[in-house]
Amino acid sequence: MIRRYFFACISLVSILYFLFSCNTDLSVETMQYATNGQKLYVTHCQNCHGAKGEGLGKLYPPLTDVHFLQENRSQLACIVKNGMSGEIKVNNTLYNQQMPGVPQLSAVDIAYVLTYVTTYFGDSKTHFKKEEIEEFLKNCNTQR
Amino acid sequence: MKKYFGGALAALISSVILYSCSSSEKKLPIYGERNPIEREVDGKKVIDTVYHTIPNFSFLNQDSTALTQDFFNGKIYVANFFFTHCPSICPTMQRNLLKAYEKYKGNDKIAFLSHSIDFKYDQPSVLKDYANKLGVDNDQWQFVTGSKADIYGIAEKYMVYTKEDANVPGGYDHQGYLVIIDPEKRIRGAYDGTNEEQVNQFLKDLDVILAEYK
Ligand code: HEC
Repeated sequence: MIRRYFFACISLVSILYFLFSCNTDLSVETMQYATNGQKLYVTHCQNCHGAKGEGLGKLYPPLTDVHFLQENRSQLACIVKNGMSGEIKVNNTLYNQQMPGVPQLSAVDIAYVLTYVTTYFGDSKTHFKKEEIEEFLKNCNTQR
Repeated sequence: MKKYFGGALAALISSVILYSCSSSEKKLPIYGERNPIEREVDGKKVIDTVYHTIPNFSFLNQDSTALTQDFFNGKIYVANFFFTHCPSICPTMQRNLLKAYEKYKGNDKIAFLSHSIDFKYDQPSVLKDYANKLGVDNDQWQFVTGSKADIYGIAEKYMVYTKEDANVPGGYDHQGYLVIIDPEKRIRGAYDGTNEEQVNQFLKDLDVILAEYK
């Protein structure tokens, strides 16, 4: 009987370890940024882009295009702050819609939400730093 | 010990039977005010109940043609209120209604009706573009526009709150309800189209009402 419990405990512990170890390639700080970012995502982005970043038809593009996120890494902060319009290609589909910006978000908020998007929907292993976002925002092309 | 087990098994089986009976006869409630109307049949007094119903209407749809109640004759339909530039609840509500549209696509017992409350911007061509991009490619889901008085007036009949309000994102305040209307034009259900649990209930209840009007 005792042996059985012992084995149950061992297997429980190893399952838990396995579950958590999946994320060990993200640093604690990155995880914290992503967790904070998730709340902001639900409030400011999820309506359009969906709970899994899946988008909606050709109205709202998905946020799961790893290449788009990587290539436009320095533009993402501006997209969040000022919105965007014009033709873009995401996951091999053309979109030509308008996204309103969320100007009230601070640099650190933008770092949180973009960390969530790029680590959960993309394949990034690192977080955006506040200073990095401030730098990106200085170079926004407001004509977008 | 065995006895208890037997008892529990019997209880389980009987509740399964009971449940399956009641679920096959389950009907959705009828919402809204009801008035008893007295009339005489062969010299006897009979009381009929008159339910709240959706009155006739005429709106312009995404193909710029007039859409009236005739389109929904003999059908169950789901109505809601949205606008194409809505930054808040609409995308979620439409994403969820799209699930129902895709599930019942080609079933001529059921249709969908989205009213735009942005009577200034959402002209038929804008609605058509929106419908295409949402992934709607047949006439089973209608998108309509009309005068402010007509659209806001009919919203009240569906018991959905709508209001032009400069203080909310997008300029229009409204509720994200998905309202089920039966072939007799009565309201049979209203679900928050932004709430996952209620949307799941909505999808189940559509099966229930489709069974009622087989
Ligand atoms: C009102 C709907 C709406 C909201 C809210 C919204 N977006 Fe967008 N977003 C869009 C649309 C539409 C586009 C495509 C614009 C175009 O076609 O040029 C887009 C494009 C994007 C893109 C670039 C294309 C892609 O798919 O990768 C990113 C990144 C993005 N949004 C992130 C966000 C983030 C982060 C938020 C929350 C802070 C957000 N969006 C909120 C509608 C929205």
